[in-house]
Amino acid sequence: MAASVETMPDAPKTMRDIHAPVHASVAGVTRIFPAVGEQPPVHALGPLDLDLVKGEFFAVVGPSGCGKSTLLEVLAGLSAPTEGSVTFEGQPVSGQVPDGVGVVFQEDASFPWLTVWDNVAFGLRRAGFDASEITRRVDYAVGFMGLADFAQAYPAQLSGGMRQRVCIARTLVLQPRLILLDEPFGALDQQTRLLMGDELLRLWRETGATVLLITHALDEAAMLSDRVGAMSARPGRFIELVETGWPRERDSRIVSEDSFGRLTGHLWSLLREESMKASGHQMGRQK
Amino acid sequence: MSAVALDKPANATLRRWTDFFLLIAGLVVVWYLLHLWAGEVALTSPYETVAKLIDLLGQAWFWPHVGETLLALFYSLLIASIGGLGLGTLLGIHRLSGQVAEPILVALYALPKITLYPLILLIFGLGLSAKVAFGAIHGIIPVTIFALNAVRNIKPVYLKTARVMRLTPLQAMRTVWVPAALPEIVSGQRIGFALTLLGVLLGEMFASQQGLGFLIINAIGLNDVPVIMALALLLALFAVAVSSALLALDRKLHQRS
Repeated sequence: MAASVETMPDAPKTMRDIHAPVHASVAGVTRIFPAVGEQPPVHALGPLDLDLVKGEFFAVVGPSGCGKSTLLEVLAGLSAPTEGSVTFEGQPVSGQVPDGVGVVFQEDASFPWLTVWDNVAFGLRRAGFDASEITRRVDYAVGFMGLADFAQAYPAQLSGGMRQRVCIARTLVLQPRLILLDEPFGALDQQTRLLMGDELLRLWRETGATVLLITHALDEAAMLSDRVGAMSARPGRFIELVETGWPRERDSRIVSEDSFGRLTGHLWSLLREESMKASGHQMGRQK
Repeated sequence: MSAVALDKPANATLRRWTDFFLLIAGLVVVWYLLHLWAGEVALTSPYETVAKLIDLLGQAWFWPHVGETLLALFYSLLIASIGGLGLGTLLGIHRLSGQVAEPILVALYALPKITLYPLILLIFGLGLSAKVAFGAIHGIIPVTIFALNAVRNIKPVYLKTARVMRLTPLQAMRTVWVPAALPEIVSGQRIGFALTLLGVLLGEMFASQQGLGFLIINAIGLNDVPVIMALALLLALFAVAVSSALLALDRKLHQRS
């Protein structure tokens, strides 16, 4: 089915099945950080609703400080919403990270005291998998992420991009059904980011997992995802959910297509005003 | 096994040993020059010092003093290392306590603890327990400060990772907290060792009838420079050996982060 799409690059069709079941959802979620000392409480997020469809690639973009990461933490069960509910595979999420959810953070989370191989095996060992299964999965993930030559190296010997691959591989081996990525390429240079984007797409296709990617890069969101949620300045809400219409078989070469430019332009027109609000600009005749 | 692959490390090792011996030779030359400048009465020569030390090591009465110092050092280190580690860990985990305790600890660290020695003697009396207490209060403060910072500075993203991996508290402690904090903890133990040794020797120099510190203060009273020098050499060799071992471990752990 992908082949028919590839022959018609000018008329890409979305491969997302709108009748596919909801995989994870947030409903009426707000997050208000309580007052600390003299500081007033901060209304960081919502109220906000989102249904992630099984197997889709969803990107969240928004001005800095709009609560993107808060949304991810709430969805992952790392922090509880002030109001509203979160569900994953029909079960309410509260207090702890549900089985089947993997998270990759922006900061380098590779453990410096373990080799690349042991980093990737970390979660499997704690979960009590037997040795042969660990070896099989880790060898595969290390190869898949292009780390085979560095399996016995320590993270300190690797570049930032390589370390982020270690973190992705470490999440991947646990075979999560929902992968949450919090600006995983934020600290990398543009070329490396494009390549990592390709790998992410490959990984998404291969695993069939649902992916939620938080990013500040509009082009990254437009290139990688099936749907993009554009968020307002704080408190973050979705202004618009944009369907990209890309085929499932895609890679970074779509950046040269006309519709890519239109998509990125549309996202920027949605976010321009919000970004200015977030960075404290006075809007002339805003009222 | 290719010869080329083996060549480089062998050369590097050789280089390091050459550097090491050059450094030792340099120090001995400086020592000898100082001996010439200050004269026999103030500073014995390297050769005489080594000869005196070998002589002392051959005496039966000498060894109980060494044993006494080692015993006091052992107990002090036990208290300083384990106590400091426990205290520092608790203060590191409980943020408010850590914030309250840290300036107090830093002030205590700066305080010359010899001023407290009369109090220690009054509390513990003469003998082993006073020396141990004095050694321990020297060592426990840096060990605590380092352990506190080691725990407090664990990257939050490691702890989040532990939650995402659904680790039990015990698993998280064993596989994330401990290895993440270990390099700084070892640094603290290294500095704690040096200060504990100092504390024990100071304790022995005043109000003690046993130990190397007692022998030194005795020799000072008799103006027996060869004995002072020989004991100083012995203690220096011991301290350098232990510190180097800890430093090597410290470097190895820090290299990775």
